[in-house]
Amino acid sequence: MGRIGVFVCWCGSNIAATVDVKAVAETLGREPGVVYAADYQYMCSEAGQNLLVQAIGQYKLTGVVICSCSPRMHEATFRKAAARAGLNPYLVEIANIREQCSWIHKDRQVATEKAIILGRAAIAKVQLNAPLTAGQSPVTKRALVIGGGIAGIQTALDIAEAGFPVDIVEKEPTIGGKMAQIDKTFPTLDCAACILTPKMVDAAQNENIDILAYAQVEKVEGFVGNFTVTIRHKARYVDPAKCTGCGLCTEKCPQKRVPNAFNLGLDNRRAIYIPFAQAVPKIATIDPAYCTKLNTGKCGVCAKVCTAGAIDYQQTDRLEQRQYGAIVAATGFQPISLEKFGEYAYQQSPDVVTSLEFERLMNAAGPTGGTLLRPSDGKHPHTLVFVQCVGSRCQGDGRGKTYCSKICCMYTAKHAMLCREKYPDTEVYVFYIDVRTPGKNFDEFYRRAVEEYGVHYIKGQVGKVVPQNGVLKVQASDLLENRQLHIDADMVILATAMEPDPTARALATQLTASMDTNDFFTEAHPKLRPVESPTAGVFLSGACQGPKDIPDTVAQAGAAAAKVIGLLVKDHLTCNPCVAKPDELMCNGCSACAQVCPYGAITYVDKDFRGPNRTTLRRRVAQVNPAVCQGCGACTVTCPSGAMDLLGFSNRQILAEVDAICK
Amino acid sequence: MQVNFTPTIVAFCCNWCSYAGADLSGTNRLQYPANVKIIRIPCSCRLNPMFILRAFQRGADGVILCGCHPGDCHYTTGNYYARRRMTLLFSLLDYLGIERERTRVEWISAAEGAKFAATMAEFTETIRALGENRRLEDLRCKQM
Repeated sequence: MGRIGVFVCWCGSNIAATVDVKAVAETLGREPGVVYAADYQYMCSEAGQNLLVQAIGQYKLTGVVICSCSPRMHEATFRKAAARAGLNPYLVEIANIREQCSWIHKDRQVATEKAIILGRAAIAKVQLNAPLTAGQSPVTKRALVIGGGIAGIQTALDIAEAGFPVDIVEKEPTIGGKMAQIDKTFPTLDCAACILTPKMVDAAQNENIDILAYAQVEKVEGFVGNFTVTIRHKARYVDPAKCTGCGLCTEKCPQKRVPNAFNLGLDNRRAIYIPFAQAVPKIATIDPAYCTKLNTGKCGVCAKVCTAGAIDYQQTDRLEQRQYGAIVAATGFQPISLEKFGEYAYQQSPDVVTSLEFERLMNAAGPTGGTLLRPSDGKHPHTLVFVQCVGSRCQGDGRGKTYCSKICCMYTAKHAMLCREKYPDTEVYVFYIDVRTPGKNFDEFYRRAVEEYGVHYIKGQVGKVVPQNGVLKVQASDLLENRQLHIDADMVILATAMEPDPTARALATQLTASMDTNDFFTEAHPKLRPVESPTAGVFLSGACQGPKDIPDTVAQAGAAAAKVIGLLVKDHLTCNPCVAKPDELMCNGCSACAQVCPYGAITYVDKDFRGPNRTTLRRRVAQVNPAVCQGCGACTVTCPSGAMDLLGFSNRQILAEVDAICK
Repeated sequence: MQVNFTPTIVAFCCNWCSYAGADLSGTNRLQYPANVKIIRIPCSCRLNPMFILRAFQRGADGVILCGCHPGDCHYTTGNYYARRRMTLLFSLLDYLGIERERTRVEWISAAEGAKFAATMAEFTETIRALGENRRLEDLRCKQM
């Protein structure tokens, strides 16, 4: 029987308000094996940790139970403190009496009783804990950034700046992402391309950055420090080494009727294309869905005009494996589909546009050259109606998203302001639920739109948009004046909610990174670890974690880069010592464990064992590579002879917990 | 059925999704019955069906296994193993004549604090309605 110390934390009043901490400490102090029990206001504070350190020395403790918050919160803190006192850190167990007791029960007696039982289970377990020593695994000093928008570019630049090689995988033919499509940025109204394109060039010229555009992550294997990623280079049908980006082919291609995805289908491009003038890398790409040569075998104009001989119709997708130490997800967002929002007549009228389409219509490099023209007849619009929260903050009807998309209030104010500035003859109406402008200089910006630019802000929602004789009849309600409004608009602009990029879900599965119910990546801790995924070695950058504007995205991108650099500067990582361990005397080498191991951590060796009558038997037994094993425990249950056990979560330990709870 | 029956319920939660989901329901102060006691395991595939039988032997009235949603396992495939093993265990429990409702498998993600609390409340009610587990309880263990 060990010498166990029990420490009950008050967590201020978080625990002490509903759990009688003194009674818990007293009762647990009488448990067999417990030689010391105490309660303290904040065990995680320095004074609390010192109490722990002193008690370990004074009472020669061989095991420690902390009754406190979740082990996900402070297990590492208390393990470090124990190590400081010379106790093996894996001889510390946490009884979670905050998240799983005091916070969910109101009745003091019930909560106290439950806390005692949870404490008993932890004591029963810690009696069986063994000192564990963590092994080490090497770190591949290369990072992968998935997504080449502003988030991915900034993360890659920061990592490269610290001297580590980094690859950007981008599914489109060019990096730049959504920011490349934007006209101007709030609240400064500087042009997006003017601040983004130099960064794109920086990324292309940085010798530490390798841009893998028009590529996708196919498969991810391995673990923190040692990922093996299979990347699919999609066939461009153009040799990137030969293409000079002159653009002659994109002018001569006879297939002119291809919707231009970069301009959101507002105009057409050719079947061979460079998405926009400042694309990086500036290489032409053939769209296989529209190319006449690829579909019918006839044409070949681009190959004839290409002086560099870069066109290669035989090109196929190419798979490549690369090694990485860290992976950053920067997959970004897209506007939601509006097919469920029939009342806005988006499908019926080309003059009803999303805000991102409006960006293209306002952009000097857009389909109209920066002159605001109605998509239907190319005429100058006079009355514009902006509708906010289209698909955002939808409660219960299942059509949109429950969350606030965060950036729409600000970009709508920007659009409204730009319209009024460029075309003072326009009337601009903005319908809103609330105007949300938290951010530096944001509210001042919105007020300028209202006060200086005379934008009509109306609290209320648009009920219906009916296209009729070339105008859009907008029916809306004004909640403050309590009246119905009918506006004849020339254009309606919908502030469409943002949702995660559709590729994020599949990527999360490959990375084994968790997602929330909206398919945004989950952070390891919402406040304290906002740029890390719960999966070690996977980091989050930009809108794939939640709606964000550009400054927030850039800040988070830098933070993610800092975390990656912190990982890559290490030569070795400390492994999780809670790994599988076979009992060689019981193992019969049947291979069942190796078949269920997702990491290939189990191999077999022939070993000599002492047999009866001084003979030697050579048997095949399992061997676990502790640097590769992640400690899931699949093998422990599969083993037919019960030879495999998991350190830190052994059969005996879990059964001891079961017994203590059921007593 | 006893009047003041307070069932003992053991919940095995995987470290990455369901245990975090349980923490989230605590953080959001979502109440569920105190009968539920959680044991943390690294992955749902760490659960040896033997642990469930042991819980019943020692007097648990209900056992629930919570893991990541299929496809979301931190270890990629652990919950699929757990699902198969539990299917086998269910047929064994059927054979033994133990009510199917006493054992349950639920997939609860780290974001589903509300689902965790609701599941535990509902499971506790189910067990309360079923009454005490007598068939598998080993009374010799109680005398210790």
